[in-house]
Amino acid sequence: MNRTLKFLIPLALFLVAVGFLFKGLFLNPREVPSPLVGKPAPTFTAPILGEAGKKFNSKDMQGQVWLLNVWASWCAACRDEHPLLMQMAETKRIATYGLAYKDVDADAQQVLIAMGNPYNKVITDADGKIGIDYGVYGVPETYLIDKAGVIRYKHIGPLTPEVLLNKIVPLLKELGV
Amino acid sequence: MKKLIILTFFFTHFFVAAYAGQAKPISDDPALEARLKAMSQELRCLVCQNSTLADSDAPLAEDLRKEIRTQMRAGKSDQEIVDYLVARYGDFVRFRPPVNNATAILWFGPFLLLFVGGFVLYRVLKKQAREGDIRAKDE
Repeated sequence: MNRTLKFLIPLALFLVAVGFLFKGLFLNPREVPSPLVGKPAPTFTAPILGEAGKKFNSKDMQGQVWLLNVWASWCAACRDEHPLLMQMAETKRIATYGLAYKDVDADAQQVLIAMGNPYNKVITDADGKIGIDYGVYGVPETYLIDKAGVIRYKHIGPLTPEVLLNKIVPLLKELGV
Repeated sequence: MKKLIILTFFFTHFFVAAYAGQAKPISDDPALEARLKAMSQELRCLVCQNSTLADSDAPLAEDLRKEIRTQMRAGKSDQEIVDYLVARYGDFVRFRPPVNNATAILWFGPFLLLFVGGFVLYRVLKKQAREGDIRAKDE
């Protein structure tokens, strides 16, 4: 074997390994890819916050592109994304439904009164069952669901302007919203 | 002083009581608890990722254990319950990842490295042996 090659091949392999490890430094281990992306969103029926006796049925959302934003009054990171949700609500571009995850109705309502309500409706998930069906493991989480009821995108953690511009807006364009 | 003692007594007992409440086993069926424990030791808690579902105190882990108990009572097999969790949280919930395209390098990579390393070692040793022979002949 050629002497230079003998030196270059291990060096190349080493550099590839270093490249992967370097990339790994900037990955967030908390962001676990959801197996639900590309699959039909789990259907559910649940009470609507502040509308006693009324139920929300996720099947009624068929034919609409919508965001499901999982939040809670006890979740500090949810407050970080709240102003952005408020801005999004002002544009009225996309229907946004909140899922009050493992929350007390009165506490959730308190937050919406204090910080404003960016949601078309807020659905309550007091025992976290809907959360389990959606594979929620850290709030806030946001799901983009298309007209056919398929989850197209999931974001874990607070929404940021970057995520909105680079991920959600292009997808909305693709979906014709 | 007396007031302080009473206060201390009150607070220590209050916290002990709260703790005891948390540690209480939820099910009174030992066979089911044993099955749950065995199973949840193979599952990852997604909130505190390096602990198992059995060890974690995270509220989500508690909810998932509750869900597993319910499904066990309903007569679901271990496989069905693991499939239920994998469908929602992905293969990441399993501490033993299944063999598939995405995990092939994880499973077979070490053997591949061992094979490559063994081959290189064999070549080097053979070469050295040959050179050794030549040197031996020269002397």
